[in-house]
Amino acid sequence: MTTRPEPEIDERNREYWAALEEGVLKYQRCLGCGNAWLPIRSECPRCLEANWTMVPSSGRGRLISWVVYHTSYHPYFEDKLPYAVAVVQLEEGPRLIASLVDEPSELRIDQRMVLSVQRDDGRARAAFAVDRDYAR
Amino acid sequence: MSLRGTAVIAGIGQTEYGKLPGRNPLSLNVEACRKALADAGIEKDVVDGLFVKYPTSTFHSMYGQTVAEALGIQPAIGGVWDQGGAANASMIGFAVMAIEAGQCDVALVTFADNPRTGTRQAYQRGWGDDAVYGWFGTPAGYAMIAQRHMQQFGTTSEQLGAIAVACRKHGAANPGAQLRNPITIADHQASRWIVEPLRRDDCCLVSDGGAAAVVMSAERAEELGVADPVPILGFGQGQTSWEVAQRPDLTSTAAAVSASKAFAMAGLGPKDIDIAEIYDCFTITVLLTLEDYGFCAKGEGGKFVEDGALELGGALPLNTAGGLLSETGMPGMQLVLEAVRQIRGTAVTQVPKARTAIVSNQGGIMHTHSTLILGR
Ligand SMILES: [Zn+2]
Repeated sequence: MTTRPEPEIDERNREYWAALEEGVLKYQRCLGCGNAWLPIRSECPRCLEANWTMVPSSGRGRLISWVVYHTSYHPYFEDKLPYAVAVVQLEEGPRLIASLVDEPSELRIDQRMVLSVQRDDGRARAAFAVDRDYAR
Repeated sequence: MSLRGTAVIAGIGQTEYGKLPGRNPLSLNVEACRKALADAGIEKDVVDGLFVKYPTSTFHSMYGQTVAEALGIQPAIGGVWDQGGAANASMIGFAVMAIEAGQCDVALVTFADNPRTGTRQAYQRGWGDDAVYGWFGTPAGYAMIAQRHMQQFGTTSEQLGAIAVACRKHGAANPGAQLRNPITIADHQASRWIVEPLRRDDCCLVSDGGAAAVVMSAERAEELGVADPVPILGFGQGQTSWEVAQRPDLTSTAAAVSASKAFAMAGLGPKDIDIAEIYDCFTITVLLTLEDYGFCAKGEGGKFVEDGALELGGALPLNTAGGLLSETGMPGMQLVLEAVRQIRGTAVTQVPKARTAIVSNQGGIMHTHSTLILGR
């Protein structure tokens, strides 16, 4: 049996993945210029300084786009097909790749989403559900 | 000072396309260059520039030198330029600039790869730590853009299908094409999802093969007695550094920057173009490029392509030898070669009175883009 691919944990991203285990999605914010971003990097891509901190996101965001895989590119996902992958923009600004909770047929772009961390097997991962409080 | 028409493509050469067991990329590069030199009617001794895109499927350090050694030449300037699929057209522009700057006199630009008999792993990798989410492979990145375009502008899978239908029709007419069966919109709609909303018939071929072009100044071509040089009227590049997930706008691309530079150099606009050889790694790539090049407004690509406009006899014949979807999945050089044949009047699917052709090459997930305008 193959296992889910694992992220490469190092000094830079340890806090990010540890926070997800606690149900919190963190992003980086520059203490110099205020820029906010994901994924984790060593320097702020706006001012290029390494003077940043990690901040918890509200977990609210909007759906930029999504796809549904009908082809597996890794043995782990062979029996998970079809599965969806999304790009979500947090209300604080950063964008990230994440899983989706809802059926793709219910989705539309720019829909309000809310974080719903998945830990069905292995490591906790960012997933998003349609934010029913905002559902029209 | 414009470089319009100062340089020409003096010769083109290619190997067979498709499945070529027993051939390696180095051998394919040498064959393509040998044929390009013969087509230009020149000896290899005059070549002092060599620009190479390394084989996408397997990276080699210092590959430009490897190819130069295999060709038995000692170029003053050159090496490998890595921009993914945009590199071939970009290197033709770099060759023109090097010639204009006096850094070389005659340049060879060449590419070969064998992902069909070798490995296609390069197109199926996970995207860093996001492999945790199952975020793998090149098709998914384009599918993410296609989904947004469909929702934003009402673009349909059938409209993407019209692009595939045109390319497959033209490939069917090309005896050298790897895939020679035409399809209908219904066939496209029946083809299986790869990564939804992209179907199998939205995705390009995986192919072995090599192709090369000889670039020199128009003046030098005359001195050397080159039989049928094709002037390079304009070129340009555009890039975004953002990965798909971070890109602020998924449906507008760096193709716009690239084309505006090429059109400015050529002193031409979209209405002046007779033929389009547009990088069709996926159908959505063509749609985005046509919009960003200004052949139609942003969001109107679906309507522009749906009624046969891209087919021979249509308003803008596209990928007249079949493109990546039908001629060969090679990243870009085949499109340059077909544009040269069309301007020379020697193409199998010759478009009558074709005087101008635009070529796009692009790499990554719409990360890098390069444009060439050829014509007389
Ligand atoms: Zn900063």
